[in-house]
Parts: sequence; C-alpha cells; structure tokens
Amino acid sequence: MPVITVLEAIRDAMREEMRKDERVFVMGEDIGARGGVFLATDGFLSEFGEERVIDTPLAESSIAGIALGSAMSGLRPIAEIEFADFIWPTINQIVGEASKVRYGTEGKLQAPMVLRAPQGGGVRGALYHSQSVEALFAHTPGLKVVTPSTPYDAKGLLKASIRDDDPVIFLEHKRTYRLVKGEVPEEEYTIPIGKADIKKSGDDLSIITYGLMVHHCLEAAQLAASKNISVEVLDLRTVRPLDVESIIGTVEKTGKVLIVYEDNQALGIGSEVSALISEHAFEYLDAPVVRLGGPEVPAMPFSPPLENMFMIDTEKISTAINKLAEY
Amino acid sequence: MANSTKAQSNREIQNDQLLDMYKEMVLCRTLDERIWMLNRQGKAAIVASSQGHEAGQIGSVAALRKGYDQCYIYYRDLAVLLTLGLTPAEIIKGFVAKEGEPLSGARQFPTHGAHPEYGVINLSNVIATHIPQAVGAALTAKMKKEDRVIVAYFGDGASSAGDCHEAMNFAAIHKLPIIFFCENNGYAISVPLSKQMAVDSVASRAEGYGMPGIEIDGCDIVTVYETTVEAVSRARAGLGPTLIEANVERYLPHTSDDDDSIYRPAEEIEEAKKRDPLQLLSKQLFELNILDEKEDQAIRENAKTIVNMATEEAENAPYPETTDFHKHVYSE
Repeated sequence: MPVITVLEAIRDAMREEMRKDERVFVMGEDIGARGGVFLATDGFLSEFGEERVIDTPLAESSIAGIALGSAMSGLRPIAEIEFADFIWPTINQIVGEASKVRYGTEGKLQAPMVLRAPQGGGVRGALYHSQSVEALFAHTPGLKVVTPSTPYDAKGLLKASIRDDDPVIFLEHKRTYRLVKGEVPEEEYTIPIGKADIKKSGDDLSIITYGLMVHHCLEAAQLAASKNISVEVLDLRTVRPLDVESIIGTVEKTGKVLIVYEDNQALGIGSEVSALISEHAFEYLDAPVVRLGGPEVPAMPFSPPLENMFMIDTEKISTAINKLAEY
Repeated sequence: MANSTKAQSNREIQNDQLLDMYKEMVLCRTLDERIWMLNRQGKAAIVASSQGHEAGQIGSVAALRKGYDQCYIYYRDLAVLLTLGLTPAEIIKGFVAKEGEPLSGARQFPTHGAHPEYGVINLSNVIATHIPQAVGAALTAKMKKEDRVIVAYFGDGASSAGDCHEAMNFAAIHKLPIIFFCENNGYAISVPLSKQMAVDSVASRAEGYGMPGIEIDGCDIVTVYETTVEAVSRARAGLGPTLIEANVERYLPHTSDDDDSIYRPAEEIEEAKKRDPLQLLSKQLFELNILDEKEDQAIRENAKTIVNMATEEAENAPYPETTDFHKHVYSE
C-alpha cells in the first residue's frame, strides 16, 4: 500500500470525488492558481477548470452562504476556509442556516455541503492561526463535525462527507498535514461518519481523543507500556455525532478514562464525552473521569514557551496517565 | 442601464394580464387584512403585513417562469407566495400554525420554509442571510447550464448587511443569473432610510459592483413588470445580475408586535396611502375601460368569499401531531 501524508489523502479524496461526480466542486480563497495555501487543491484548476475550482473574494460569510445555496439547489460544494480561525463569519450561514435547512423545511430541502478548514496549533500560528473550532459547531443538531487524525481516516471520511446529504464541517489539524504519514489503499473506500476507531487496544486505562492528539496519545501509550500500564486509545474521528457505543465499550473494558483534546477544555467535546460516561457507564468506572484539555485562555500565544504552555504534548499526557493509573 | 444593450426591449403588458394582476392584488390585500385581524383576535401569533408592497411583488413575479425560476423571499412577501401558487388556506394555516402548512409543517414562522415545486424558499428570519444563498442557487443554474433565473427579494434594512454586499459582489464577478429585488419601504423596523445609508438610493450602489441598478416606483405595477422583464432577459442571456430598487410603502407597523406610532408620524402614513398600489391599479383599469364598478365589486366579493372559506378551513384544521417532532434533523 502506498504511504501518503494527510494532506495528500485529502487532495486525493477531493480529486477522486470530483472525477466521479460532476456536482462536486471546490470554492475558497487562493484555491485556484495557488492550489490553496496548504496545496490541498494543487493541480485542480488545470484538471477541472475555473467553473469547478472557484477562487472566491476574501469573504467567508458568502463562501459559506453561496456554498449553502448551491447545495440546496442540487450541487455538492466543498468550501474551504483558509484557516479555521477565519471561520467565525460563517457561523451565521452554518450554525444559523445550514443546520436548519432540513428541519425548517420539513425535509423538502437539504444541504449536502462540506466546509473544510485547517485548524489547531503547535505551528507557531499564534492567536489567529491556531484555533480549534469543533465545539462551537458540534453543539448544533443538523450539523456533522469530522476531525480525522490519519491519512487513511482523512481520505475515507472526506469521501463520506462529500457524499453525505447533510452539512459536514471537516476540520483538518494542520500539524498532521505533512507530519503524519500512513498507508492508504489504492482501491475505493469510505469510512462512515460517526464511528470511532480503537487506534491501540489496551486493558488498564482508556484515552478518548481525536485529531492531532491521537498521535501524542499513542506515543504516551507506548511509554506507559514500558511501565506495564496497558493503555487503550479510542480515536473519536467524528465529534458530532459521537459514537456513544464505542465510548461506553472502552469504559466497560478498562474502567478508567482520560479524555485528551487540544481545544479549550471547559464546555468542550470532552465535557460531553465525560457527561455521557457518567450517564451511561457510571457503574463501570474505577476512577473519576479525567480531562486534559486546553487552558482557560482564549487562544494560543505566539512565543514558543507560551505556545508550549497551551499545547498538550506527550509528556503532559504521560503524567496524566501515570496519575490515573495509580488511582 | 449601462450594460443592458443586448437585453430585450420592454415587453408590452396585455390588458387581460393587467386585470389578472389586479385580481391577485385584491385577493392578497383581502387576505393580508384578514390575517392581521386573526392576530388581533389572538389566533395568529405574528404577522408582517405586505400592504403597500403588493405591486412590487406581483409585478415582478409576473415576469418570471413560475415553477422554474426561483424566488428567495423574505417575511413580507405574502403576494409572492400567493402569486406563485400557494392557496389562501395554506397561507392562513401558516399564520395559525396548523397541520397542512406546506412550507415547514408549521415548524417555522408564517411564510417560512420552502416549496420546491413553486420554486420558493424562505429559510430564515435572519435578515440578508438568504441573499448569498440565492447567489448560490444562481451559481447552480450557471454550472448546470440551465436558463433559470433567481430573484432575491429583500427590504431596505437587509441592504445594510454584509451578506448583501458579499453576495452582490460575487454575483457580478461571475455574471450570475440573479435579480436583486429590493423592496424599499423606507424603514428598517423603526430606523428611517436617512439613518441606514448616506446615499439617496440602494440602486446607486450597483455601479460599485459592476451591474445595472434601477430605482423604480414600486407601487406602479406596470413599471415593476417591465423593469423585471428586462432584468430577467439580461439574466437568461448570461449578461449577469441586476439590482432593482422598488420604492414601496409600508402601511402597517413592522409586524403585529410593533407600534409604529412611537417613531412614525400618522400624516406620513396618510400621505403614503395616496400611492396605494391597489388604488393606483384600479384607477388605471377604470381609465383603460378594462374594469367597471360592477366587475370591481364582483372581484372584491369573490376575494372575500375565498378568504372566508380559507379562514374556516385553516381554523378548523388540527395542530400538527408531535410524533414527527424529531424528524428531518438528518437524512434518514
């Protein structure tokens, strides 16, 4: 199997779907001649032409709104927001509008659109190129929110998102783009939205996580193994809908849970996961659920020691594992 | 119109067409008055009246291919819904939130939701959000190489929103088949035009986007029709968008929950009633000998009968079952 990066997997997924389905097109800032600031659409303009590879003005609300209108009228847009930090003007069109298209028309209209955005920190991106935005979208029924961690998952989930009949917010951690490589089969496949994946099996303690943090958690699990702590790593892959069955399954198996996420901890995805565990799997717990999430500052600072204060790394996760294992 | 040399010349309006428009207008006014009454009786929770806007709405829809072209409307577009094909009973069901309301199953405020068969969408209460969505529909028409035209209806208030600017800019860049139809009644709820913009007209902004902008008397249905016909032919010919600003009047408060006596002099409303589109059209029809007293009376009586029957049907309809409450959140 060929080994490719997350970025290549995303590019392949879009290219394959555009070749297969005429209704699929891409729109966003700098995605044409430039091929996207991260080159996610490199080569698309020459292959598909300007009708299906639309360089938009720098106006995110209308990128989302126009994509939504085209989706309601029969196309399958993939709209790119250049950095997730610039996604806030789309809240009106996505949280306010797209999420309610099906419900507010009693199923007469639907919005099969994908809004892609690179997010996350650890790249010296400072306050406005490091944000994680999943929780604000995941709060809203009607939307789906996907947060892949590996090339295999990114490709299969993006293809599923493009084919999905509901609006999908597809959040790619930009640090994984070139850093994370993995095997991706050449043959056609998709991964269902809403299914978590056990990235490493273990017996003593479960880590529930997603996105870039999956890789730090796997490293920490490896280190824990040398201390005879067997850690299971559950990658949520999709944060709306959450795979409640898999979450309960891993709690039943190990009895101890650490939830790791880069986004601000309070009122985040981990808060919901923790609540679900206490509602549905309380009797299986051998220790209180522990969250390791972003600190109570509004965004990630620029200078390396300040950025490191915000970011969760393997060391911080290892400390949390050891403490929980001793409980 | 600077860029419209290739567009067709104005199409003459036929007498029988003008009479049909009058009948639609009488029906709409009668229906609107009834709905307002239902609100005052405590039966309709919220109403935004179309009274004073009818000529703009009916005249523009008459220039479209019904059921093929698409209208992205806003809350004051009762006459657009009626002219496109919704029945008075279906519309009243929306106001009294009863089962059988066809746009949203009475999930939304009255007149909101969608009717794909009639090509009408009114998704949201949030001002101007539908304008980029309408541009997206126009993008679809262009990409699918269909000669469909999209009309985005909005008020003067919505013209201040960022979404309106972004949408117009994109539509002009890509020469999309869309008409931006601004129903300017001079008030964004309570805020008069002078506090909404420093320029004289919304249409004057069109030049900044590179499309024609035309300011017209929106109470004169013939002018509205002819202007829209020209904009439609431009759009179908691939020449791009047009901004039409139809100056209309608002005879009632913003909604049934508003009290316009706080911010609007009564004399101003009296003055505005001198250009009531309904009276202007009836006067025109009398002058052209298309209509006489007797027939006018018959048209008005007929409208009242239709609205009476519709009211009875809507009031007697049950409320929607709650069994489907969770349906249509995601595709099933």
